Amino acid sequence: MYRTRILDHLVLVLGALFLTLPVVVALMTSTHEAATIHSKGLMLSPGGHFVETYETVLTRQGGFTGQVTGARMMMNSFILGIGFALGKITLSMLAAYAIVYFRFRFATLAFWVIFTTLLLPLEVRIMPSYEVMSGLGLINTYTGLIVPLLASATGTFYFRQFFKSVPEELLEAARIDGAGPFKFFIDVLVPLSKTMAAAIFIIMFVYGWNQYLWPMLMTTDERFFTLMRGIKQILQVWIGSQIPDYNEAFALAVLAMLPPVLIVVVFQSWFIKGLTESDK
Amino acid sequence: MKRVQFSSPLLPYLFLAPQLAVIVIFFYWPSVRAIQSSFYLEDPFGFGSTFVGFDNYIGTLRNPEYLAIARFTAIFTALVTFFSLALGLLLAVKADAVIRGNAAYKTLLISVYAIAPPVAGLIGMMFFDQHIGPFVKIAAFFGWEMKVGLSYFDTAFAMITVAVWKQIPYNFIFFLSGLQGLPASVREAAAIDCRSGIKRFWTVIFPLLAPTAFFLLIINVTYALFDTFGVIDVMVKDKAANNPITLVYKVYMDGFRGNDIGGSSAQSVILMLVVFVLTVLQFRFIERRIHYT
Repeated sequence: MYRTRILDHLVLVLGALFLTLPVVVALMTSTHEAATIHSKGLMLSPGGHFVETYETVLTRQGGFTGQVTGARMMMNSFILGIGFALGKITLSMLAAYAIVYFRFRFATLAFWVIFTTLLLPLEVRIMPSYEVMSGLGLINTYTGLIVPLLASATGTFYFRQFFKSVPEELLEAARIDGAGPFKFFIDVLVPLSKTMAAAIFIIMFVYGWNQYLWPMLMTTDERFFTLMRGIKQILQVWIGSQIPDYNEAFALAVLAMLPPVLIVVVFQSWFIKGLTESDK
Repeated sequence: MKRVQFSSPLLPYLFLAPQLAVIVIFFYWPSVRAIQSSFYLEDPFGFGSTFVGFDNYIGTLRNPEYLAIARFTAIFTALVTFFSLALGLLLAVKADAVIRGNAAYKTLLISVYAIAPPVAGLIGMMFFDQHIGPFVKIAAFFGWEMKVGLSYFDTAFAMITVAVWKQIPYNFIFFLSGLQGLPASVREAAAIDCRSGIKRFWTVIFPLLAPTAFFLLIINVTYALFDTFGVIDVMVKDKAANNPITLVYKVYMDGFRGNDIGGSSAQSVILMLVVFVLTVLQFRFIERRIHYT
């Protein structure tokens, strides 16, 4: 019994190292100078250039990212992440409310129309989606960045599952007390869904923040670049340079992963609950 | 559905309207367009298009390059799915078994869940870099001269490693919550009946995890097919020439780089069918075959 327990710990330690070491190395290496990294390789200890490197990446205009600063890209990533999460919660809560709490003629049809979107990820229909967007004149706008990503049913299903688990008696009681559909939604359902909505917010924020292909297609104007788009940009400057700016590339990678990683680690119990309870 | 419901002639439609509008404009319209343009040959300079029937499909499916990419995609998907599921399960079982340090392991193991595929790709690039990459040095120690970005096999190896690395936390979370949801009585009964821990796992615990495992199988196949786009794009840096790419990347290359809209659309529709079959399978299996939950 005792021996197996040591083996268990060994496997876990190795697994944790395999998963987290690359992130630690990225963070440490980003605080060294490019020339040091070039001659000595990746670093496991902090260097003395944290402030300079991150200041450069966040504020320098016309660096490897052309005319846009890292701070601007970070702001765009936040706009995309938060905008997407809020949009998703609003749309899907309303739609799930209609599906679960109303008796109406085309309920089944509406359900299937929404449900079908789970079948096809955006990656499969990028080309025609891009054409539709350019036809609508939405290239290089925040609307174009956020709204098309909302066209999927994930959030609606999370809320549908949740609303179905809400006790029937609540609605009966509310109706006896004379509450209409609006009052019931705002005074009963929304407060009840707070934890659920928070979990979905975290999942959706991470999803929006991490979008890569769609922002890449939708933004040609550097003012709308997100951090993910910036990563693509670094690599294009990379080719042909003598000593690539390893430190700045790592710093950008750290900035791009920090907010979602922190949110997931800090709110892990909510996040795991939201993820595992609603996906089944 | 609820036993007690509101009935109102207009309200439900009002609540559904925003969601339906977004879905119709940004989902159905593009999807229909994709199917439509897969039957047309579009002039590369934008002077109209001609109906060509199934020519785009036949051309795609007869193209040896496409078939080679399809073969690579199948191998890539199989390997990424297998390793990320196996490692996720192994870590979940171990994390479930230990008592001391449980929370710390859990936090460490899920911490990289939220890293985006392109960021994972970028970090992977550094670890497999010719000059500074530690993996290249380790490989060199064993006499393997690794050239990621130049050698087809080495690039594929790096891509699979990064894709697996990024997906382990997701599988870990689901397997762990599946394990922790098993009734304690079942485990105790199994412990009395069967002394071998490994045998007990495969005969009692694993079958009970089957619904979770099957759900994750589909999710991981979808991940390997579509979500790895960022990893691949960063690692091949637009130079797909000699590098391994997957079918989704080919859709993107042909549509946006090659301006072959008809061919790209036909490929999209083929992929749609693949996803459709996967989803149908998922529901059939979950509903019919697996009764444990």
